[in-house]
Amino acid sequence: MADLTATGPAALRRSPLAHLTDALRAATVTGPRAVALAEWPCAAMVSLRVDPASPAAGRIAQALGATLPARCGRTASAGSRTTLWLGPDEWLVVAPPGAPAPTAELAAALGEEPGSVVDVSANRTVLELRGPAARQVLEKGCALDLHPRVFGRGQAVSTLVGPVPVVLWRTGVDSYRLLPRSSFADHLARWLMDAMSEYALPEVD
Amino acid sequence: MTEQHRRLPHGGRIDRTTTLRFTLDGRELTGHPGDTVASAMLASGIIEVAPSLYRGRPRGIVAAGVDEPNALLQLAGPCSEGMLPATTVELYDGLAATTLSGRGRLDPTPDTAVYDKKYVHTDVLVIGAGPAGLAAAAAATGAGARVVLVDEQPETGGALLSEGDGDGTGSGEAARAWAAAARAALDAAPDTRVLTRTSAFGSYDGNYVLAVQRRTDHLGAGAPAGVSRQRLWHVRARQVVLATGAHERPLVFAGNDRPGVMLASAVRTYVNRYAVAPGARAVVATTNDSAYDTAADLHAAGVTVAAVVDSRPHLSTRAAEFADATGVPVSTASAVTGTAGAARLTGVTVRALDDEGQPAGPGRSFACDLLAVSGGWSPAVHLHSQRQGALRWDADRAAFVPGGPVDDQQSAGAARGTYDLAGCLADGAQAGARAAAAAGHPGAPAPDEPPPWAAGSAGPGTVRPLWLIPGDDGDEDTHFVDLQRDVTVADMRRSTGAGMRDAEHVKRYTSLGTAGDQGKTSGVNAIGVIGTLLGVSSPGALGTTTYRAPYTPVAFAALAGRERGALFAPERRTAVHDWHVGRGAVFEDVGQWKRPRYYPRPGEDMDRAVIRECRAAREGVAFMDASTLGKIEIRGADAGEFLNRIYTNGFKKLKPGFARYGVMCTADGMIFDDGVTLRLADDRYFMTTTTGNAAAVLDWLEEWLQTEWPELDVMCTSVTEQWTTVAVVGPRSRDVIARLAPALDVSNDAFPFMAFRETTLAGGVPARVCRISFSGELAYEINVSAWYGHAVWEQTEEAGRPFGITPYGTEAMHVLRAEKGFIIVGQDTDGTVTPQDAGMPWVVSRLKDFVGKRSFSRPDTAREDRKHLVGLLPADRRTRLSEGTQIIGRGVPVTPEDGPVPMLGHITSSYYSPALGRPFALALVAGGRDLAGRTLIAVDGDELVPVEVHSPVLYDPEGTKRDG
Repeated sequence: MADLTATGPAALRRSPLAHLTDALRAATVTGPRAVALAEWPCAAMVSLRVDPASPAAGRIAQALGATLPARCGRTASAGSRTTLWLGPDEWLVVAPPGAPAPTAELAAALGEEPGSVVDVSANRTVLELRGPAARQVLEKGCALDLHPRVFGRGQAVSTLVGPVPVVLWRTGVDSYRLLPRSSFADHLARWLMDAMSEYALPEVD
Repeated sequence: MTEQHRRLPHGGRIDRTTTLRFTLDGRELTGHPGDTVASAMLASGIIEVAPSLYRGRPRGIVAAGVDEPNALLQLAGPCSEGMLPATTVELYDGLAATTLSGRGRLDPTPDTAVYDKKYVHTDVLVIGAGPAGLAAAAAATGAGARVVLVDEQPETGGALLSEGDGDGTGSGEAARAWAAAARAALDAAPDTRVLTRTSAFGSYDGNYVLAVQRRTDHLGAGAPAGVSRQRLWHVRARQVVLATGAHERPLVFAGNDRPGVMLASAVRTYVNRYAVAPGARAVVATTNDSAYDTAADLHAAGVTVAAVVDSRPHLSTRAAEFADATGVPVSTASAVTGTAGAARLTGVTVRALDDEGQPAGPGRSFACDLLAVSGGWSPAVHLHSQRQGALRWDADRAAFVPGGPVDDQQSAGAARGTYDLAGCLADGAQAGARAAAAAGHPGAPAPDEPPPWAAGSAGPGTVRPLWLIPGDDGDEDTHFVDLQRDVTVADMRRSTGAGMRDAEHVKRYTSLGTAGDQGKTSGVNAIGVIGTLLGVSSPGALGTTTYRAPYTPVAFAALAGRERGALFAPERRTAVHDWHVGRGAVFEDVGQWKRPRYYPRPGEDMDRAVIRECRAAREGVAFMDASTLGKIEIRGADAGEFLNRIYTNGFKKLKPGFARYGVMCTADGMIFDDGVTLRLADDRYFMTTTTGNAAAVLDWLEEWLQTEWPELDVMCTSVTEQWTTVAVVGPRSRDVIARLAPALDVSNDAFPFMAFRETTLAGGVPARVCRISFSGELAYEINVSAWYGHAVWEQTEEAGRPFGITPYGTEAMHVLRAEKGFIIVGQDTDGTVTPQDAGMPWVVSRLKDFVGKRSFSRPDTAREDRKHLVGLLPADRRTRLSEGTQIIGRGVPVTPEDGPVPMLGHITSSYYSPALGRPFALALVAGGRDLAGRTLIAVDGDELVPVEVHSPVLYDPEGTKRDG
């Protein structure tokens, strides 16, 4: 049997928004209300389910180099990898494009204990939204409170942006990552480009 | 051009240096920035608008805000809009409008303007930016709270914008200077947002408030394209302060609808805010002190005030002050009982009132072209009441005021009956500080001493309400209560005469309060009139009608926002989508997914394309994008036990490396979903679900795991989009797989039906290849990471090229599966079909328990005459019956005279079968399994088509094609 967690030739990969690369670039808004959108293509992702109080969770934390975040909205980063809280016993481990998905090492850490480790790298893609107007763009379609007092840098939540379910992850003062299911990526990208367009125009209060 | 001969030489919030041109009912007029259409009309001496809706009576501008009942406009534009009060439409250059008789026109032209939405959270939401609202927002901002302040007007300041200098102290100007400074401080605060031109129209549980912002209309032709015209704000606030002000009530007397009769506060607004004299000679009729501010400002503006007519028996302090200062005669214990004029008002009749409020003594006539009326004030309790906040009748104020709390809300200023400016400022500051503290931000700065200008308007004082002023001839047919609906006291008397006692009943009997203005000027007056007619002393004993959202009309387009056209609903796409588009696929919607339905070649219609695609699958090889199937990884020591409980058939003993078709039922024993599940390892399964049910199945699994069987060691992970699934189908599919996956032994012995293998494809992509068939043919499904989906799809086509591989869509898939009697859940089943009904008793285990099993022992699920899935062949070999066609017995009469026709069932799937060379159908037919070989009748429109009943498996019932 082949190792299905191994990746294939990079040249054959195609990310869900590859066809919109130029359109995303063209949608960039500059100026005082700048905002830009790009795909962070083919990031590695692993779905992790485990009882956080179990010994396996401890071994997994060791493998990740960070304690599993324990509350809604929290993330934990170690090296280039970040673990996002998705539920009381569910996390998403994200590694940057090019990095291998840590499926095998996490599966080894889980061992025979209850839980699961599944490579979901292609299940979602990542959109990066950056710029002073990024929060305003998101506020057109996200019902959550995105004020930095409430949703700060390094926080991530499952929510809706427009009609699309996403994990929304704030990575900086003016930068966000959105992780939709791959099938929704095209629609989400078009929704975001539409929402961004007004910031290239003179401000109306 | 009509010169603006009614424009006052000084003052007002208008920019006299810029002239705006507009047309009204075809007349060319001018105005200035800062004007509304109504104020510009009045500046040109135009008070009259289109006649009334039902009675055709002359009507004029009555109000200066959202309460306007008469002056309704149809605005020209790329998409014309109707029923806009002229008192709320800001003037812009080039505006063109017609006045309406109470009914607008829907423009069939698609509205291409942009509408959008915005979500905002705040500690304190203040609604209304008058003195109370500004003070509340300032206090909450000072405490460090996040604040949103909304106001429907283009400028903040509320009633302060209408304050005058009639007392000669310059208090109006001072008030506006205070408002401007308060606004500037709010604008400078980083966490405070002020939204003008924004109407909070709906208030919902949990302090969720909807407000619509008019962003670009006032810019006219200068409105930038691409910026939303209106924006719907979804506000979630920890605390809400309602500083929504109050509406003045008109008076109900004979001929009170004549153009020239205006609300006294509106007259004051036109004089002070817009620098317009709405008339040359005025009479003021009032029940309270507030109209004296109007009278004083008119007098100061040089308009002759012929008389003030006051219902109260004694001269109030304010009235005496006014009379002393101006020399205008004030008649106490008096009322206007009638009006004169052809259309516009030319005079009024005034009579003294006795203690009961009945006219007594002779009538006196006053010539005037303007009658400013004040029947008292009604706090704008709409948003409070929308949240089921109680109301209480306050006899002193003659008004319904908030009488019970709403969680985390408070009213301030005129909205709760505090009318004097000093009181409004104090009220607002306290409410803002309390709200901020309740939201976690105590420490609002101590409020300032009331500024001197706040002594300017002291409010209505003591009120002597006059609900119904009898006319001179006993007639009540021109005593208008609701001007927009043309409802008079005579109409109301008919309803009380018919036995109605409740305001809600009278409202529906007369249509009072149901127009676009939603009774803002008529609601409380109507209750007063009903009380008078019924002899009920206090309106409080009758209560109000229900206040519902929206407070002011909202365009459906604003509610829709961007959810139109391409952004209406999300489209889910597979990794191969662009290839399908490139091949000219015609798509169909399956749930939110876009799936290729067929790939027409030039000149082909759907039927011909589908026949070609079916033939390729049955005779050569074809391939299809099956990526939309739901996929769930299930892991845990108890995964097998769990699946045994979920599926009607067994999965615990399935060997790793093999796959099995399974059916799951709901607790009532009805088919819920189906699909093939692979056993990847002892503790890992890979489930597939139907495309449309993927999320529902995952929810179902989680519900059982979390609520019923938490002791099971099982975890479910949705991996639908992780995998691209390419189905390769047909007698030559083995050849294609052999080329695509050279490392795989594809012989039937080494790779049997319902087995799967993991391999690396020729191109280097790891893959899981299954031998699964949804067509009866030899078939494979190749699963690869969706990153490689597009590449592997193209590789499959390349590998299949020597064999003429053909892409096929869902329509051919349906034909192929239906020929084999394979069901589609949700098409051939509808939540009332058991696996046995669907012809699959073999899939229901007798050895183990599973969800739905107990329901199979119910007598109803064992009935012999349940509807069974059968195959039907139209006897004429030609008719393709419509899905949904009813099935009846032979010889059953179908004429109306013969009464109801007993229905045996209906067709669930119907196609033309290239393999059979004739159309066929699947149907659910009562007792159908026992009718094989019989002929029934399909009622296809007017045609009665004989159909032969067969087993649902019409193609290759022996299964000879499965292994190639």
